[in-house]
Amino acid sequence: MEFGTRKAVAELYVMQPSVPGSGKMGCASKSSSGKSSCGSAAGQGDLSSEIWEKVKNHPCYSEEAHHHYARMHVAVAPACNIQCNYCNRKYDCSNESRPGVVSERLTPEQAAKKVLAVASNIPQMTVLGIAGPGDPLANPGKTFKTFELVTKAAPDIKLCLSTNGLMLPDYVDRIQALNIDHVTITINMIDPETGAKIYPWIYYNKKRYEGVEAARILSERQLLGLEMLTARGILCKVNSVMIPGINDHHLADVNRAVKSRGAFLHNIMPLISAPEHGTVFGLAGMRGPTAQELKALQDSCEGEMNMMRHCRQCRADAVGLLGEDRSNEFTTEKVMEMEVNYDLQLRQAYQDDVEKRRTAVVAARNEELKTLVGRDSGISILIAVATKGNGRINQHFGHAKEFQVYEVSTAGAKFVGHRRVDNYCQGGFGEEESLETVLRAINDCVAVFISRIGNCPREGLLRAGIEPVDRFALEYIEQSALAYFREYLERMQSGEIQHIQRGDADIRQGALVTI
Amino acid sequence: MAYMIKESNCTGCSACQNECPNNAIFEKNFAFFIDPAKCTECIGFFDKPQCAEICPMPKTCIINPDVPRFAAAV
Repeated sequence: MEFGTRKAVAELYVMQPSVPGSGKMGCASKSSSGKSSCGSAAGQGDLSSEIWEKVKNHPCYSEEAHHHYARMHVAVAPACNIQCNYCNRKYDCSNESRPGVVSERLTPEQAAKKVLAVASNIPQMTVLGIAGPGDPLANPGKTFKTFELVTKAAPDIKLCLSTNGLMLPDYVDRIQALNIDHVTITINMIDPETGAKIYPWIYYNKKRYEGVEAARILSERQLLGLEMLTARGILCKVNSVMIPGINDHHLADVNRAVKSRGAFLHNIMPLISAPEHGTVFGLAGMRGPTAQELKALQDSCEGEMNMMRHCRQCRADAVGLLGEDRSNEFTTEKVMEMEVNYDLQLRQAYQDDVEKRRTAVVAARNEELKTLVGRDSGISILIAVATKGNGRINQHFGHAKEFQVYEVSTAGAKFVGHRRVDNYCQGGFGEEESLETVLRAINDCVAVFISRIGNCPREGLLRAGIEPVDRFALEYIEQSALAYFREYLERMQSGEIQHIQRGDADIRQGALVTI
Repeated sequence: MAYMIKESNCTGCSACQNECPNNAIFEKNFAFFIDPAKCTECIGFFDKPQCAEICPMPKTCIINPDVPRFAAAV
């Protein structure tokens, strides 16, 4: 077992409750760098210090933290009390990565043992979430028992849960008593007519409700639960699934509704609707949004509140950094045989080291930003980055399972999303097709930053008008992106290159293939 | 006098077990089954059988054709 030598980008949910009375969502608050960085989500940005303290090590609530800290989910909550048209509980294979499916279920006791085993082996694992595979609050006994056991054995681990919200008002007191300080609610609509197209039924008060009535009850319960949580100072993030043709325009209304009720972060995710998953939407041939459609919606909501763009829509049993999944190393069978050495001091020392690395990333970024002061070009470009974490360009092009996308302008470098790709280097067959997959996924980017790249893909990228850049190998991502942008402007001025608006890109839908 | 669970459809989610007023549902090899001796079709408890109300799979919690209906036994 490796001891934290392996870093990858982890997927995290960042959630933040609004602090009653502070109402702080603006850009003027102090940041760790002394520089306001509204919307960059790199570092404290516009978050109040109280909220920042709660989220800074939470990969799912802080984009910046997700480069450094890992999370785990334990699948103790199999039952669900609503039906969503984008979910099919029946299908599960080990190659599949999406919410709602897991390979095995755990008892609370097994889950607690697993948390200790992972915490012993991955010192940067700071967050335990319960997200299903059903709804945690439809399994309150197992969910809360697990949290109780973990709190006792590993008090430094933050607890969070993700719910559809139907039963949330009933459990707010329990959530508060257990010190669960991050809650994610999936809210796809506030209009019951829209909701009826997403939710065929709910089970509430011992009865199945259908259609508009079901959606109305669900929406009322979700918003009530959100209000109750934020009134108690519990950070709330809202997840929404963007379903083109159903709620894509409506999500701006949802954004305003949840912001006004104190949600601190909004995570708009693309619909996953591969037909092989067997969901109602998938079988009906409904498509997910393109990368640019998703980004445009996220951008339009960003003026209203903090947007989360680093969600990897992970499984309810995921382990590791966002974007990596180490759950195969921690199956129940393996965990039960593992020797657990939960060393709080060791974990703290490791995390102190992570803090130093984080500070260095931000300092380098700010230093580079100074070179752009006074310039105002009016253009922005997208850059794709291959990274294994730590905020550095440290992955070979062919090893990247995903690329992180940064939007760069004279205002700064901002993480705006990630694009999944199948491993380009897999078994040495179908290389042409694999490259095509990558090209489609990052087609809207002008450059791709990698630590190394082979000649063949290099030429393919150049033909597609995407510049492969390996001269920043092992350097910091944001600092390098700003340096590249400065040069880009200079090359434009000298006439060496012409800035052209790039096209759209695909969001990959199929099963995640791990080797 | 009972409902039954169509095994090939069962997702093993356990939702029915949580709701059964008779404790009639048990797990075996990641699927769930109804003990016909305990099931009352929820008669006397609820208007509709709770297992079928919450089951995520259509037509999975169904009347067991091999045993007489519960109401007939009353």
